[in-house]
Parts: sequence; C-alpha cells; structure tokens
Amino acid sequence: MFNEILLLVGITLMYSTPLVFGALGGVISERSGVVNIGIEGMMTMGAFTGAAVSYFTGSPWLGFFAAGIAGGLIALLHAVASVTFNADQTISGIALNLIGPGFALFFCRLLFKKATMTPPVANLPKIFGENAFAGTPAANLNVDVTVLLGLIATLLIWFFLYKTKWGLRIRSVGEHPAASDTLGINVARTRYACVLASGVLSGFGGASMTLAIISQFNPTAISGQGFIALAAVIFGKWTPYGAYGACLLFGLAQALTVVLGGSNSGLTIPSQILAMLPYILTIAVLILFVGRSVAPKADGLPYEKGQR
Amino acid sequence: MKLTAKILKKPIASTLIAVFFGFIVAAVILLVAGYHPGQAFSALFHGIFARPKYISNVIIKATPIILTGLSVAFAFQTGLFNIGAEGQYIAGAVSAVLVGVKLNLPPLLQIPAVVLAGVLGGTLFGWVVGYLKAKFGIHEVITSIMLNWIGLYLSNFVVASSAYHMPNSTSSYPVNESSFTMLLPNWKTSDAGMAALKQHKWLYDVMLKTDVNFGFLIAVLMAAFIWYLLYRSTKGYELRAVGFNRDAAEFAGINVNRNIVDAMVIAGALSGLAGALAITGTAPHSISTLAAFENNGFNGLSVALIAGSSPVGCIFAGLLFGGLLYGGQSVQQDVGAPTEIINIMIGTIVFFVALTKVIPVLAEKLEKRGAAHVQ
Repeated sequence: MFNEILLLVGITLMYSTPLVFGALGGVISERSGVVNIGIEGMMTMGAFTGAAVSYFTGSPWLGFFAAGIAGGLIALLHAVASVTFNADQTISGIALNLIGPGFALFFCRLLFKKATMTPPVANLPKIFGENAFAGTPAANLNVDVTVLLGLIATLLIWFFLYKTKWGLRIRSVGEHPAASDTLGINVARTRYACVLASGVLSGFGGASMTLAIISQFNPTAISGQGFIALAAVIFGKWTPYGAYGACLLFGLAQALTVVLGGSNSGLTIPSQILAMLPYILTIAVLILFVGRSVAPKADGLPYEKGQR
Repeated sequence: MKLTAKILKKPIASTLIAVFFGFIVAAVILLVAGYHPGQAFSALFHGIFARPKYISNVIIKATPIILTGLSVAFAFQTGLFNIGAEGQYIAGAVSAVLVGVKLNLPPLLQIPAVVLAGVLGGTLFGWVVGYLKAKFGIHEVITSIMLNWIGLYLSNFVVASSAYHMPNSTSSYPVNESSFTMLLPNWKTSDAGMAALKQHKWLYDVMLKTDVNFGFLIAVLMAAFIWYLLYRSTKGYELRAVGFNRDAAEFAGINVNRNIVDAMVIAGALSGLAGALAITGTAPHSISTLAAFENNGFNGLSVALIAGSSPVGCIFAGLLFGGLLYGGQSVQQDVGAPTEIINIMIGTIVFFVALTKVIPVLAEKLEKRGAAHVQ
C-alpha cells in the first residue's frame, strides 16, 4: 500500500510538470491582458527543439534552454500580432497551434532523414542522481529535476506577480491598461515581455516532456497538454498557485488511471473508461468546488492609446 | 484612392491578402529548406485540380470541416468559443455508428434515423457545455477541452466493445448499407450503371473512384440556414445580443442562460451532423481506434476564422482548406518536401487573418485622407 501511494505521488509529479510550465506561461501572459491559446504550439516547438539540441550536442541542459528560446521565438509572433497590430488574440493563438507543430515536424523531417520522430536523446538528471534508492519504495520519489524546476518557477512567479512592483504593474496592465498608461507604465513593453516569458515557459514545458518523460520527440509527444494547461489557467483562476494545483490534480487523475489500470489492483474497469477519469474529474471538481472564474478585466482586449 | 479604400474595406480583401501571404511565407520556407517553391506549388495545384476525381475528393474532404467550421462560427457569433467541435464531431460519428450498425430499415427511414442519432450525439455534448456554463458559470473552453478527450475515449470504448468491434481490425463494424448517403451507391456499381458511366469519362472518374455523397449539399443548406437563423430571425437576434453584451441583453428582457444553452446545443448539433455525414457518406463507414485527434473539429476552428465567422464564408474557407489538405499530399509525393509545409501555410494564413483585421481600419483612414484632399 505504502509503495503504491509513493508510486502515485511520483507519477502525479511526473505527468503534471509539463502542464505546470505551460500553465505558468498562460498565467503570466493572461495576467498582462494577452489571451494565450497558443500554449500547445509553443510547447510542441519546445519539445522538438529540446530533443533535437540534446541529440546533436549530447547536453540535455543545452536542449532545455534552447527549448525555452524556441518557445520565446514563436511567442514573438503572438506578441507582434496581439500587441503591435492589436489583432484578435484568439485567432493569433490558434495560428500558433498550427504553425508550432508544423515547424516542429517540418524540421524534424529535414534533420532526421524524413522521420517524424527523433532517436532517443540524453535525458535531464533525476533529483537524487540516476540510481539513488534503487529497489526501495523511495525510488518513486526520485523524480526528474524538471519537477523541482516547475515548483521553483511557480514560487518565483508568485513572488514576482504579488510581491514586486513589476508584478503589480503587470497585473494593472491586465486589469486596466488605460489607467496604467496614465501612470507611466509602458503597456506595450509590459505585454511584450509577458508574452515572451509565456513562450519561454511553455518551451520549457515541452522540453520537460521530451527530455525527461519520453526521451524523444514524436508527433504525439505534445498532444493536448497545451490545452489542458490552458484549462488549468482558468481552473486556477489565473493565479500561479491555483494553476499549479490544477495541474497537480490533473496529474493525480492520470496517475490514478495508471495505478488502477495496473494488473494487481483487482478492478476491472475498461481501460478507455479509466482514461476518461482525469477529464471527468476536472469537470466534477469545477462543479463542486470552484464555480465562476473571472478573467483579468482587460484579458484579450487590445490596447490603443487614447481609448477609454 | 477612394476605390482602393472601398475594396480594402471588404472582408474578402483581407482574407485574400492573408492567403497570399500564406503562399509567400511557405515559398520562403521551402526555399530555405532547399526545395523549389514553384515546383511545390504546381504539385499542390496539380493535386487539387488535375483530375475530376481530385476535385471531387477535395469537396468530400471539405464537407465535414465546413460543418464544424459553421459550428464554431455560429458559436463565435453568439459570444462563445466552441473549441469542443472536435469532441462533438466524434460524438456524432459514434452515435451514428451505434444506431447504424444495429438498425436496418429501408434507406428512406434509415438515413434520417442514423443522421439524427449523430446530430443528437453532438447536441448532447454541446448541451453539457452550455448547461454547465449557464448553471455553474464554468468556462466553456474548459468543459469543451475535457469533453474532446472524453469523446475520444468514448469512441475507443465503442470500437473495443464486443458488440461493435469488427474482429481482426482496429475499427468497428461499418453501418448498414441502407444508411449510405452516397449518390446512387447501388446503381453505380451495377453492370448497367458501369456501362452508362463509361460513356462519360469524367463522370466515371468521379462516381466510381470517389465517394460522391450528399454531405456537401447538406453543408451548403446548413450554411444558408445558419445565416437565416442568425441575421433574419428573432432567435438569432437574441443569440447575438447575448454574445455582444450579456448585461444589456438581460436588461432588455432576454433570457441569457437559456440562450447560452441554445447556442451550444445548435453548435453541437452542427458538429454532430458533420460526424454523422462522414460515417454515412464516406468509406469505411465505421469508426477506428483513435491514438490522437483527427482534427476535423480543430480544423473547423481555422475554417471559421478564415471565413471571418461568416456562415456562407465557411463554405469557401472549407473548400480552400480541404484543397490544401488534399493537394498537400502531392507535394510530398512529387517534390519530396514534408507535407507539414501545408500546416505551416494554413497557420500562416490564419495568422495573417488576425493581422489583416486591421486593414479595414487602415482603409478607413485612407478614405478620410482622400476626402480631405477633395475639399
């Protein structure tokens, strides 16, 4: 039993980590007033870049940082459209979801002899080293270093958003850009920074899939995690800790399906029904505990100087 | 100057400019990757227009995404973001299979029964989203995303169930032949039909080598119906009013919650219809185990956006999209460039659709400047 609980915790943390990075990206962008539907596309770019760089350089850390840069670059498109051109942010986000996977698979075919997947790549380390506690139940808790990074990023972003003046500025830009503008805050620059940060974080999220969980890039490496992260942003009411909690809950539900689906659980639920569990559970939690969620007031609205 | 401004103010101008940029960006990427863009595009157009059979396949490929595009566009017009078209499409396909495999009536009764089952499946998914939003204030984006996955696993559950699983395959049994909505399915494969079709080369090509079906016709009719509903009926006025300003609509005595549910029900029904018609109209007339989404619903999002959420525009955007998807296969076969260039191209078009929304505003300025000169 004890072993199973530790296993559950380990798998929960593993599955939730890519979502955590994506959701944090969503939080920071939407808090500045830019809706980010494109997390999925940014994550896919990160997932591919991370795996490819790790493969060619042999350094997973270099891959991880390159993934952040790739995510940031594609986010730049979103920033140009939604901040400079005052374009519809939903449309631009959806465009990223087409462009991101498109680029990732296009370059994958170019670099890896027409294949849509990379060979296995070097992984990021575990937090206690590769074979610590091997054979004991505690080995379940020897999670990937990305799990720790995700937690640190959550704490940092929480501190940044709520305890620093820059965080206050970001939140004010997301609530009332015109008022912030009159106080001398550069709305466009703030939003640019936040959208870029959101791309970097989403890129890390993609890389924590390919550099820690599945050890390669393939077309289904990122399949829907970006959208789940988007849901976690709303679920967590646009706060870093809320989003983190939502991702953990989702990871837990997925871990439950793995543990319950195991042969020695004594349950005979068809695997497809079990696989629905995370999604049904999310809806149930929303109905029972969470209720109405209110977005930052200026979320999704382009800001033009002089408008009221 | 005035004429330029007038042309630029038409939505179609922005869309065409966006499509143009899509081709330019794709050409640059192909060049950088070492392929000849001209060859790639000629392969693309060849793959769309060269044979009657290709054109027919483009229309067949476009049919479901026109309908899911309509579903998304309709929801947009009522202020809702229906990212759940994918799940509603799957629900429609699954329900059509559930009924169509077990029921076997004469076609005149069977077809409506199977299609209606699909519509109901999509409607149910849409209703859940609308109800949860109206009753508990849960954002439609979350429930829709969750239902997409629930739909995917539900479909896999039905495929795997003993009552529907076709032995030694990864799919369900096909629906009974009486549910088929192809054009003259029995006559065209009979001796008399073959003999008659041989007289006309292109008819032969189209009828016997592709699944010509009534789906496209229905999609066009639905586009007209949705246009009428939105812009020429009281209900449509209410739906749009709720989408435009919820509080003002409520103040005017419109039942907001009811209209949210109604809007999602209609959007779900359209996507469900798309799923049902795909089952009745095209081979293999069954559902298969899904490892990932087939994107019929997600592509509907792009269609709706390229169409600027106009119901009639969805027909053309769907055809464009269907053409790129189908013709894109030839790019890889003939030129060797990865087919993903098509996804990049479609993404770029959608991206520029977002950007070119500014063109009418610029045109307005241009027009004003022109007027100042006249005075």
